[in-house]
Amino acid sequence: MTALLTIIVLVFITVAIWQMVKIFDLANANNENSQVANDKDNRVNGYLMLGFLAFIYIITIVCLVKWGDLPLMSNSASAHGPQIDNLMIISMVIIFIVQTITQFLLHYFAFKYKGEKGRKALFYADNDKLEFIWTIIPVITLAGLIIYGLFTWSDIMNFEEEEDALVVELYAQQFNWKARYAGNDNVLGDANVRLINLDNANILGLDEADPNAQDDIITTELHLPVGRQVIFKMRSQDVLHSAYMPHFRAQMNCVPGMITQFAFTPTVTTAEMRQNPDMVEKVANINDIRTNKSKDLIAKGEEALDPYEFDYLLICNKICGKSHYNMQMKIVVETEEEYNAWIKEQQIFKNSLVQN
Amino acid sequence: MSAHADTHAHEDDHGHHHKETFVTKYIFSQDHKMIAKQYLITGTIMGVIGVMMSLMIRMQIAWPEQPNAIFEALLGKWAPGGVMDADMYLALVTIHGTIMVFFVLTAGLSGTFSNLLIPLQIGARDMASGFLNMVSYWLFFLSSVIMVISLFVEAGPAAAGWTIYPPLSALPMAQGGSGAGMTLWLVSMAIFIASSLLGSLNYIVTVINLRTKGMSMTRLPLTIWAFFVTAIIGVVSFPVLLSAALLLIMDRSFGTSFFLSDIFIQGEVLHYQGGSPVLFEHLFWFLGHPEVYIVLLPALGITSEVIATNSRKPIFGYRAMVASILAIAFLSTIVWGHHMFVSGMNPFLGSVFTFTTLLIAIPSAVKAFNYITTLWKGNLQFNPAMLFSIGLVSTFITGGLTGIILGDSALDINVHDTYFVVAHFHLVMGISALYGMFAGIYHWFPKMFGRMLNKNLGYIHFWVTAICAYGVFFPMHFIGMAGLPRRYYTNSNFPLFDDLSNVNVVITLFALIGGAFQLVFLWNFFYSMFYGKKTVQNPWKSNTLEWTAPVKHIHGNWEGDIPHVHRWAYDYSKPGHDDDFVPQNVPLKEGEEELQH
Repeated sequence: MTALLTIIVLVFITVAIWQMVKIFDLANANNENSQVANDKDNRVNGYLMLGFLAFIYIITIVCLVKWGDLPLMSNSASAHGPQIDNLMIISMVIIFIVQTITQFLLHYFAFKYKGEKGRKALFYADNDKLEFIWTIIPVITLAGLIIYGLFTWSDIMNFEEEEDALVVELYAQQFNWKARYAGNDNVLGDANVRLINLDNANILGLDEADPNAQDDIITTELHLPVGRQVIFKMRSQDVLHSAYMPHFRAQMNCVPGMITQFAFTPTVTTAEMRQNPDMVEKVANINDIRTNKSKDLIAKGEEALDPYEFDYLLICNKICGKSHYNMQMKIVVETEEEYNAWIKEQQIFKNSLVQN
Repeated sequence: MSAHADTHAHEDDHGHHHKETFVTKYIFSQDHKMIAKQYLITGTIMGVIGVMMSLMIRMQIAWPEQPNAIFEALLGKWAPGGVMDADMYLALVTIHGTIMVFFVLTAGLSGTFSNLLIPLQIGARDMASGFLNMVSYWLFFLSSVIMVISLFVEAGPAAAGWTIYPPLSALPMAQGGSGAGMTLWLVSMAIFIASSLLGSLNYIVTVINLRTKGMSMTRLPLTIWAFFVTAIIGVVSFPVLLSAALLLIMDRSFGTSFFLSDIFIQGEVLHYQGGSPVLFEHLFWFLGHPEVYIVLLPALGITSEVIATNSRKPIFGYRAMVASILAIAFLSTIVWGHHMFVSGMNPFLGSVFTFTTLLIAIPSAVKAFNYITTLWKGNLQFNPAMLFSIGLVSTFITGGLTGIILGDSALDINVHDTYFVVAHFHLVMGISALYGMFAGIYHWFPKMFGRMLNKNLGYIHFWVTAICAYGVFFPMHFIGMAGLPRRYYTNSNFPLFDDLSNVNVVITLFALIGGAFQLVFLWNFFYSMFYGKKTVQNPWKSNTLEWTAPVKHIHGNWEGDIPHVHRWAYDYSKPGHDDDFVPQNVPLKEGEEELQH
């Protein structure tokens, strides 16, 4: 029914527009070449160009004010995060300046030089000096950005392994995540999906004979001690997935048949992030939205939504099938003591196997 | 056609004229003008399908939980009770991307305007091979039909994203759409690539061999430069996609392991060993990135022509414009890795691709500045084509600038595959190329159909589209920076993103309005084709050769001799001439100097 109504409304709008245009056309009927822009069209569209410039500026300001200070942009929770954020802010400022100026010139010139009958345009085909200037300015700006970007990239990707680094495997499958900790020896046992044995619950395909594998710990929540480097080894058992941890400015694909890696040092615990004023504000805002939504749901006789509490997340960011939109794992960043207490409670691989 | 001597062509064509049947004239036509129209109309139909899919995608994102009668009506069993199936959502995303990128903006854009304009603007009677040209169109038509048929297979159409990364696309057990749907997708694309190659080779040969007397390469209109270079990029990169598609077909159907290794799915280990999905990504993006420019360059070429004509000024910096087309074309083939910064490839490669990628900003900036300078002190005629061209420059700048962020590997880590990417590429290649296509249609409609499009409908079409395009894609950058991944059926499992749901509603409303107003264009297009005001021979007072040909289409384009060329295409408002345009076939006056360029 809604669809039918929408279609009817659209048809009416179309007819109305057509009628209006017909009237315009009839008014112009005597004109020889009535479908070519005349002075009046040029004037109207010239002013509309100015209006459109204003529209671009307004939508920019609205977006920046309403959505520009998203905590995700400003609050990173990893050691390398501020590096990326600084580069991002510098790039954004440059983009903003260039955008503002070029859009102004484009639309202002369009307005200023709107056509008039009898006026002749300036025959101006070349100016090597000008063109040299606007080639060299981007060259210099980009050279700066490239160099800054490459240093940042190489810092992040070619990390040095710290002595107390924690090695964690992120294991992806349709449609959930598992984490595997290396245990006391801090060495991950060998694994291959060919070794998966669902009968004895060897679900990640660990080599049961490998001594390093015995004390490995498989979990469905990712706990990380604050201030310690974590080296992630990514694996996938079926299709491509991407381990995306936006708060830590971290992302790496999980590729079947190979092990990929990414490392970062978490710097803010979950508890601290929940206290962060920006985050408090964001969470309050989200909960307002959820409360309003819950009212509608209750009115319809459905269950209300749970209130939201902030947690770091690992989310899948490479299309991986039907439930791609719900492939996530909670990340908890905590103090070393809390982490140690938690890991002690987890079962080690040797003990998790089901004996037949 | 090259066998026809100029002087005899006229009689010959009249001799053939009477033998033309309905089939040879309208269906299996070898005339480039008719083939252009066939491409345009097929492209338009595919465009309608592609845009309708995007509107369904947007409605799903904005109102994920609400049953929608439109879904039920259009998707049938894939939306029981009006609730869209999650696999169908991914299928819509996939087919929308495929149709828009390949069928509308590659075949619809290049196919239409390269075919129409190359012979007419260089002064040739037809393409080098009319037969291959016909085969090219019919292969395109066949691939379109197969792509549309794939929407109706039992297990659903291909749904692995338009990039069809294996293993998802290779394993029917990984996703319903990876069965018969993906097979048809691959077959359709293989045929499409064959069509595209035949077309491109024809364009290249025609431009090199069939230019009329006096039409040196440095006198070519920028449209022809753009089409010519686009065809070269296509010939270089499309075969690589074909090889990727063939290898994927082998992996799927013949048990090879080019892209697959160590897979455990649905309780069993598959036999694949030693392949790598990353290899597929390299092969795919070796086409995939140049494809962006295959889509964009013709639009920029059209814009150059339209802006110069309607500014009544020469295009500023002709040499720099040609040089930047060549630079963009060259660079486009060595930047594909910027789609793969977080694919697991060696970080050193990431550095190399960051460097080459950001270099593309330089020729792009030159083009944007040159367009702006062309407007300066012009006498701008705001025909609808001109509006779309200025709109293109605007979205090209807005969308291109964020490329500086995505091309920077360090920044890409956090915005890769988020809505930031969606916003970026839709503005810089989707909307820009679409504007280029609209500009081309408004500008050359009189040449194609002998009638004028209604300008007032054109104005309404442009201004609503322009506002909606920004309304849709500008806020999208911000939800991307907030970390929202693309290709999510619903965000309701992430309370973290709840505060973005109202942005998504705003975006969808703009999309629906913008989509609805494309009906204005469709109406204008089909109505004017039959009942529009009849055109004069050169309605825009343009310099290029196509406007020296008669309005009525004749086989061979010109009655009598082919015009000779004496000057470049941009002698607008040249001092010493009474009119503000001097067509290319007008000889230099005594003492008049040709601009050195």
